[in-house]
Amino acid sequence: MAAGTDSQHRSPRLASLGVRFLLLCGLSITLLIVDQRENHLDTVRRAVDAAVEPLRTIVDAPVALWQWINDTTTSRSDLLLDNNRLRTERLLTQARLQRYTALEAENARLRAMLEATSRVRDRVRVAEIMSVSPNPFRHSIVIDKGTRDDVYDGQAIVNADGVVGQIINTGLLSAQGLLISDPDHALPVEVNRTGLRTIAVGTGEFDRLDLPFLPNNADIAEGDLLVTSGLGGAFPAGYPVAIISKVERIPAMSFAEVSAQPVAALNQIREVMLIWQSDPSSDSEVGDE
Amino acid sequence: MSDDRASRRLPVLISIVVALMLAIAPMPNWAIPFRPDWVALVLIYWSMNLPRTYSVGHAWLIGIVLDVAHGTLLGQHALVLSCVVYVTIKFHLQLRLYPVSQMALTIVPLLGLYEFLLFWINGVAGIHAPLATYWGPVLTSALLWPLVTLVLRTVPYRSRASHM
Repeated sequence: MAAGTDSQHRSPRLASLGVRFLLLCGLSITLLIVDQRENHLDTVRRAVDAAVEPLRTIVDAPVALWQWINDTTTSRSDLLLDNNRLRTERLLTQARLQRYTALEAENARLRAMLEATSRVRDRVRVAEIMSVSPNPFRHSIVIDKGTRDDVYDGQAIVNADGVVGQIINTGLLSAQGLLISDPDHALPVEVNRTGLRTIAVGTGEFDRLDLPFLPNNADIAEGDLLVTSGLGGAFPAGYPVAIISKVERIPAMSFAEVSAQPVAALNQIREVMLIWQSDPSSDSEVGDE
Repeated sequence: MSDDRASRRLPVLISIVVALMLAIAPMPNWAIPFRPDWVALVLIYWSMNLPRTYSVGHAWLIGIVLDVAHGTLLGQHALVLSCVVYVTIKFHLQLRLYPVSQMALTIVPLLGLYEFLLFWINGVAGIHAPLATYWGPVLTSALLWPLVTLVLRTVPYRSRASHM
């Protein structure tokens, strides 16, 4: 019966198959795009997931059953052994815990000292990176602190490893920062070993800065640490910036080709620190105390 | 009549549900790259043998369920399964000619299409995995195809044997 109707309607069914297929393709692609960009489909997902849940339970049943059998058939000697082991473990952890209270107090004391010293030098505040520029040729970030938190244009951004960049644009609640690897960014630095001053220019690559203004006879070698010189005014002096990764002296050229690798992993950071440089006068006030 | 049809469809539905369960069943870590595409296999079987009853619409719906079960992008498996079923239906007469042993070979292009489309959509969505990891399921699925056909042949989807 069914076979008869099938052959009778063969051509229209086949024609409509292509149409249906194309429609479904369009629908799936729309779904894909919407699902990747937005969260509107979460309700659909949850509804279908509720239907799949029983299947999951059934599929997990053998594993659960095996575990249940294992649990219920554990022998008495096993339990005793377990019990003994846990008891000794508890004793050990308790002893360790006593030491921790002492450590905790020490930690608090040290932290207080640390905070005091940092207050003497620069005021620092942690900010979170909200977004990074999607443009691969523009290395900028947006952070979650703005003028409401006294962020100002040109303020230095560092992280735990070294210099990250500086603020170029401030909003009330957010600010835009330019990374030191941006091709438009230049940073006055000095070589930590010799005190040689120069400029580090961004290249557009996260792991390379160029030092284009070093003469061929400059005293510089691979592995030298570059720190901020503080001479540009924007950055406080003495923060690590980069490590020299390549020195190439070409006699025909007047400048050596020197590049350096930033010490902060510029494309892996989530939190940065904003630095408010302390005035020398306020410094001395704190020092007087 | 409709009751009769429903009763005949139930075994097919059960086979698809079983395939879905196999697709989400827990497996040891080393075996996961070789998990056969159970749902694709079962859908290929039904669309090959009953191309007018089980078509792209069914494949699409099951694909959505598979997307949710796997937690992939909604529409990914739906799109891929409807593509595979569409191609299967287009060539179902030729595909049915082969004996089961050779069919394991002829099904490789279908499974290859399935995995390649998955790979492609993942790539566009920014989920990058080496292409080589997609070949394991093709291999295991093709090897399991004779078994799947033997099992599904016992499913009573027709009251009469002649369905050509």
